[in-house]
Amino acid sequence: MSAQPHSVTHHSEAPKSFIRRYIFSTDHKVIGVQYWLLALAAVTVGMVLSWLFRAHLAWPHLVIPGFGGQMRPEQYLALVTMHGTIMVFFVLTVAPQSGFGNYFLPIQIGADDMAFPTLNMLSFWITLVAFLVLISAFFTSGGAPINGWTSYPPLSAVGSVSGPGQGMGETLWVISIGLFCLASLLTALNFISTTIEMRAPGMSLMRMPLTVWGWFVTAVLGLLAFGVLLAACILLLLDRLAMTSFFVPGGLVFNDTQPALAHAGGSPLLWEHLFWFFGHPEVYIAILPAMGITSHILSNFSRKPIFGYKAMAYSLCAIGFLSFTVWGHHMFVSGMSPYSALAFSFLTLIIGVPSAIKTFNWLGTLWGGKIQFTTPMLFAIGFVSLFVTGGLSGLFLAQPSIDLPLHDTYFVIAHFHLVMAVAAIFGIFAGTYYWFPKMFGRRMSEKLGKTHFWFTFVGAYLTFMPMHWMGIMGALRRYASPGGLGFVARMAPIDIFITIAAFVTGAAQLLFYFNFFWSLRHGEKVDENPWHATTLEWSIPSPPPHGNFLAAPHVYRGPYEYSVPGYTEDYLPQHLTPEQVAQTAEAGS
Amino acid sequence: MARNPIIEEPSVVPVAVGGAGAGTGGFQAGGGGRGGSGGGPGDLHGAVAQRTYLTGLTMGLAAILMFFMALVSAFIVRQGLSNDWRAFALPPILWVNTAILLASSFTIEASRRKLNRGDQQGFRHWWFMTTALGLLFLAGQLIAWRQLVHAGVYLASNPSSSFFYVLTAAHGIHLLGGIVALVAIAYWNWDRARVTRSTATQMAAVYWHFLDGLWIFLFLLLKLGQ
Repeated sequence: MSAQPHSVTHHSEAPKSFIRRYIFSTDHKVIGVQYWLLALAAVTVGMVLSWLFRAHLAWPHLVIPGFGGQMRPEQYLALVTMHGTIMVFFVLTVAPQSGFGNYFLPIQIGADDMAFPTLNMLSFWITLVAFLVLISAFFTSGGAPINGWTSYPPLSAVGSVSGPGQGMGETLWVISIGLFCLASLLTALNFISTTIEMRAPGMSLMRMPLTVWGWFVTAVLGLLAFGVLLAACILLLLDRLAMTSFFVPGGLVFNDTQPALAHAGGSPLLWEHLFWFFGHPEVYIAILPAMGITSHILSNFSRKPIFGYKAMAYSLCAIGFLSFTVWGHHMFVSGMSPYSALAFSFLTLIIGVPSAIKTFNWLGTLWGGKIQFTTPMLFAIGFVSLFVTGGLSGLFLAQPSIDLPLHDTYFVIAHFHLVMAVAAIFGIFAGTYYWFPKMFGRRMSEKLGKTHFWFTFVGAYLTFMPMHWMGIMGALRRYASPGGLGFVARMAPIDIFITIAAFVTGAAQLLFYFNFFWSLRHGEKVDENPWHATTLEWSIPSPPPHGNFLAAPHVYRGPYEYSVPGYTEDYLPQHLTPEQVAQTAEAGS
Repeated sequence: MARNPIIEEPSVVPVAVGGAGAGTGGFQAGGGGRGGSGGGPGDLHGAVAQRTYLTGLTMGLAAILMFFMALVSAFIVRQGLSNDWRAFALPPILWVNTAILLASSFTIEASRRKLNRGDQQGFRHWWFMTTALGLLFLAGQLIAWRQLVHAGVYLASNPSSSFFYVLTAAHGIHLLGGIVALVAIAYWNWDRARVTRSTATQMAAVYWHFLDGLWIFLFLLLKLGQ
């Protein structure tokens, strides 16, 4: 491989004014933190929404202030819709990829910024506008949309006749997601160009940290997937506003008082195909960066090279490729041909192979290592645990005959929350605890961090494991109350247990908020490489200066040279010249 | 992948680096010479290799292609699924528009050739010709829409017309972006830009040819799909 030389000594001066420096900044590090803070705001909103609907599920007669009495079904549906949308798009897509990726991808490959800094700034501001547009749906007269984060037509395409939030609220939802797609495409374009063109001399592809591989493959998925969702959103918007019939079948009647809608002959399944062609890569967009972060941290705190570096890089690529071939497994109950279902099922099960390679290699990395149980390490190990647990139920759902009865039950909720949502959140936590010293020059409290970990880890399992059993027993998702279903009503104690677990887990997140903001000012000061790590971000001051590198970086070896035999230190940074290495070795012997 | 050698950029030399062992490539600290204007202490930005812009453009085109392929697959599926697809006669002016757009691909290449020979006057002449042809194409598309409206074929009349309007509008908006780029390149102040004029014109041309090819594909699709 040849890497393009580029100047780091000629980078622009840091802007002086506060606004150009911290608000409308083109510095990738500031933009990364902006994304991270956006995700923090979004996850807070999303979590509060989940508390509200969990409270309703556990105690249906509870009167919550602001809901005008007991929660009505449409209010419940609005809460789950907004919870899902906010979490999937504005947390799981934003924080691991746009947040950490923006901050650390350029540094880890030895670049002074992204390839297109102004475009990068634009991406963030479009994302922020998208978030505000989505949130504003709460404040329309009909309230937020009620058709779930997948926004299936015809309910999503016919306006307020299908529910109070389906008028203006759903229009805002579609516009918000369209804007989000646009921003994500620009980000993906930027990440890919940066990775291909901006690597420092010596930073060959096979010397890139696995975090960079994660962000890079994720960017490729985003580039190919978000355009499809954007197209689908435009068609949906036209169905809503211009009375076209892309997704709405003819002769649709919603109630006795209204005539059949004027739409004719559209296909709701068309949306499902377009949506899930985006939607399945999307779940990997959420999880692949976390896989990269986990690999990185496991190697660092096992004081061992990552087990099977190339296999890790190739399996990321394989998962990325396969993710475009399996969207049909979200649609087994749509009446698809059993032969199609068989093909989708087979391809889905194949994803188990690269996933298993990753899992075995993570365990192989831990095996025989001098493990340091720091907070980021705990969250990285937690990620592996959640990924395995959630991944196993994926093997059930990948098979049409098992998926048919489990579809739209709590089993699915349990599956994707463990494997994608909570696992990715653990990746975000691991990354935050790990890189906080680099970003702010101080360390977060380990004691608070470990307490936070154990509450979150145990709490996540207590919240989502029982949902598997509820799902197998037939509890359906998206039902505001199980009122008419006796067999579901008898599961009420489980619902109460889950809700309490969710509250406790959620409350434990206050430890994280406190730890984060307290440590910004009062955390223990650390030098530039507190974890004794090898990659380029640890070779520069904390926090990194504008332009990142004081001298042009040059890379001499792979990213995970820990415990190299014959070398005095147990870590061998990527940027040390062979001469420096020889001197250190002599001095030590 | 865009890997074309870039004219006017003698200072950007790819450094071969040993795959294993210590890298041996000499690091180039400067990399500052930028087309015509020359780098110097007043240089505002880090030197990003000009190739980076072409890579970025390639990625952008991939994304745009996926966007249109989503619409096209929806078109094909929607037509195949339904029995309510009513064909309508495409306005003949579309043939004229197609010819105009094809011609504009030739004029933009003529313009770049003039630029490479250092003929500024010729460059601007052909560049404006391309811009004018682009505007003419858009005007022709609007006329086609007007003719359809007069014939009673509206956006929501039938899936066939819905897709016609959506595909032509999506293409038109992208072409409008191309026209904005052409105008911007004609009046840009290249002394302060990170990207050289040579790269910018190359990018605009690649984008323009892409939209030209895309239009021919869409036109055939709409024609044969009726």
